[in-house]
Order: sequence, then structure tokens, then C-alpha cells
Amino acid sequence: MDLNLTAIIFVAILANNIVLNQFLGICPYLGVSKRIETSLGMGMAVIFVMTMAAIVTWVIYNVFLVPYDLVYLRTIAFILVIASLVQLVETILKKINPTLFRALGIYLPLITTNCAILGVALLNVQAGHNIIQTIVYAIATAIGFTLAMVIMAGIRERLDLADVSSYLRGAAVSLVTAGILSLAFMGFKGIMTL
Amino acid sequence: MDFVLSFGIIGGLGLIFGGLLAFAAQKYAVEEDVRVETICDLLPGANCGACGFPGCISFAEKVVSGEASVDCCIPGGKGVCDNVCEVLGVASVASEGKKVAEVFCIGSVDVAPNKFEYHGVQDCKAAMMYGGGFKACTYGCLGLGTCVHVCPFDAIHMADNGLPVVNDEKCTGCGICVKACSRSIIHIVDKDRVGMVVLCNSKDRGKITREVCEVGCIGCKACLKACPNEAIVVENNLSYIDTDKCDECGKCVEVCKRQGIKSISKSKVIAFPN
Repeated sequence: MDLNLTAIIFVAILANNIVLNQFLGICPYLGVSKRIETSLGMGMAVIFVMTMAAIVTWVIYNVFLVPYDLVYLRTIAFILVIASLVQLVETILKKINPTLFRALGIYLPLITTNCAILGVALLNVQAGHNIIQTIVYAIATAIGFTLAMVIMAGIRERLDLADVSSYLRGAAVSLVTAGILSLAFMGFKGIMTL
Repeated sequence: MDFVLSFGIIGGLGLIFGGLLAFAAQKYAVEEDVRVETICDLLPGANCGACGFPGCISFAEKVVSGEASVDCCIPGGKGVCDNVCEVLGVASVASEGKKVAEVFCIGSVDVAPNKFEYHGVQDCKAAMMYGGGFKACTYGCLGLGTCVHVCPFDAIHMADNGLPVVNDEKCTGCGICVKACSRSIIHIVDKDRVGMVVLCNSKDRGKITREVCEVGCIGCKACLKACPNEAIVVENNLSYIDTDKCDECGKCVEVCKRQGIKSISKSKVIAFPN
């Protein structure tokens, strides 16, 4: 693996974590991080969808949009493609592998319109990645998302049992926790950049 | 030209994906029993698991496939059972009246002291790990509210005296608090039945119970002797009342020196002799 791919992996997972440093995908990050189990389920669904969406949008971008000088249509094209793709996968999965369908459950449609998925697709074409880099970047970003989710879920599981001041209980303490976690991830920023 | 091209590409993409979706929807169609959804809508939707299946949807699937009995939904009670039976076209088997949870301990903080101060995780299970709980009485309620947190129906609240109180209107008798209680103090009782109950769990000898709690049952058998219906037995230093024989005459309440007997039919303490 050449250095470029290593750098992409490191930056996508830690230094430029999609949730904690780029503010993308905050909704599921706070919404589904109450238990480690569900956050892992969500993480798996994101890895799956993000990788697939990144590949398909890269193909659409380079085959349909670039040659005809229609790059300005990328956002709407990507939304269209990602939404139909997830729906397609859901339909097929329901028939072929009901167990996996149950496991991914509500998360699959939930992330269809998630900004993290669209964000990765757009960031990929913006950075001018080739197909290998696109796949690696998408997987690494999704792993970074899962990592942030699981850490957050672990903390929140313990917060449930902790004696939190009544003024902070609930959403407030979750947001404070997220802020401190983001601060911790800032520490990776200086180590490596793309 | 630009307009036609952009229109064509986006429209074309939409057409292709729309076609794919339509094709997939037909080719990979999964047949679902409509009754599953109908029944699921009839259920309380708390996903409490009292039926023994993970969530209301699972119960709906199992009941349609015949693997679950129609009266499994405890929170729903008779009403839901009747509705489910109607959907499935079978005769209703719903019978019993409403069941509610009852806390079998009245040893509040002021009458049942602690043996040490506890500043750990505010959860009964966690507190039990430190020397079997901080309360001097090893059978009494710790009052950290684990039952309050697990109740999916918001039916249990902590009273000012540090004991949980069950709201009979909201309680569905699902039994989740019974399983969660680390000291097995909570029991499910018939709300409509007539009879007295002894609100104590202590199986300690009377002398010990007297030392750790001002109100706990000491097994003195005064109620046993006073009962005209022979409804009371004393086992393991604890008095039990057979609700089938009890007619709620109140004689046991009069003789009880420990305040622990209560009427369940009215769901309130009739008298505290003191």
C-alpha cells in the first residue's frame, strides 16, 4: 500500500473524522448512540452504504457528468442515485437475506438521506480521487464514523448510571460529551495531513 | 443544447433507476401476511417483551403463525386479546382481570436505617454488589429506583419516603420491574381481588428484623390467631395471607403491631395501628 492510501486511511478515520471534525452525520451520531449494540448496527450499515454509494457516484460522475460538462448537476444526481441505490439494496436484501435485513433494520432507510453519505460522495469527486482511493476513503470514513459512534455509545451507557446533575441530564450532557470527544480528536490533526 | 443534455442525463438516470426499482420490487417481492401489521397496530407498542418475544412485531408474527398464544400480551390485557382474536377469527380466551405490580416493602428510610453510606452508581443492582446492599435489612427495598427506570409505562415513581409507588392506572402488570428488582420485592397481584397482603419480605428471625426495621414482619403470629377464616400462615418468620380465604375483615390489621398489612382490593393501606 503506498503512502497516499495510508494517509487517506489515517486522515479519514482519526485526523479528519467525519463526525467529530467535519460536523457531518451528527443526527445518527446523537440519535442512535444510546447503546453500543445499536451504534454498531448503524456503523455496519454506514460502512455498507457509504462504500457502495461512493463507488456508484464516482462512476456516474466520471462517466455521465464530466464528459458532458454537467458537473454542476452533481448534487442532484448524487441524491437521486444514492436514494434509489439504498432502496434497491433494501428490496433485494429483504428477499435474499432477511436476517441481514433485520439486523440493518431501520438504519438502512435512515441513512439514505444522511449528509455523511452525500458528503463523502462529494468530497471524493472534489479531491479528484481515483476509484481505488474513492473506495479506500469511503471505507475509512465509515470506520471513523463507527468508531466515533461506538466511543460515544460506550460513554453514554456509563452516563446512564452516573449521578449527573439534574440540570445537565439528557440532551445537555450528551452534547457536552460530544464536544469533549471532538476536542480529543483534534489532537490527531497535526500528525498528518493530506 | 445544454438544457437538453442536462435534462436528458438526469431524466435518463431517473428513468434507469426507476426502472430498476420497479423491476426489483416485482422480482424480489416478499409476501407478507396483512394480519401481522393489523395485529401489530392493535398492540400497545411498548415493546416491553412481557409476552416472551422481542418486541410487538415479533409477537404479531408469532401469533399469526400460531406459535404464540393469543393471550400472551400482558399489558394489553383482555381488550387487546379480544381484538387479536377478532382479527384471527378465533374465539376469545381472555379471562382474568387487571394485574398490577405491588411493592412488598414499607421499610422507608426513616424506619429502616442503612448499615453504611453508599455513594456509588445509583442503581439497585450495582448497590447490591457492595456487601449485599447498604440497607441494614437484607430483604428491604434499596430505593435507588431501578424499577422506575425499567418501567416502559412510566407507572412507577419514587415517593418522598424513598420507596417506589406503583400507579395502578398506568401499570399493566407486564412484570418487567419484578425481574429488575434485585431484592425480589415487587410482585404481580390481581387488582380486582379482595384480600389483605403482608407488605414485607423479611425472612429473618423476629429479633433481627426488629433491630433493622421498625415496621417489618417479625412472624409473631398475632394475625394468625386473630384471623377468623384461617387464611394466614406463618412460614420462615414471615406471615402470608391466602387471598382466597381472606374476606378483608380487618382483624389482622387491628392486632398487627408492625403496620405491615394492607388491603389490595382498594390498593391502599386501611389502617396503621400505632
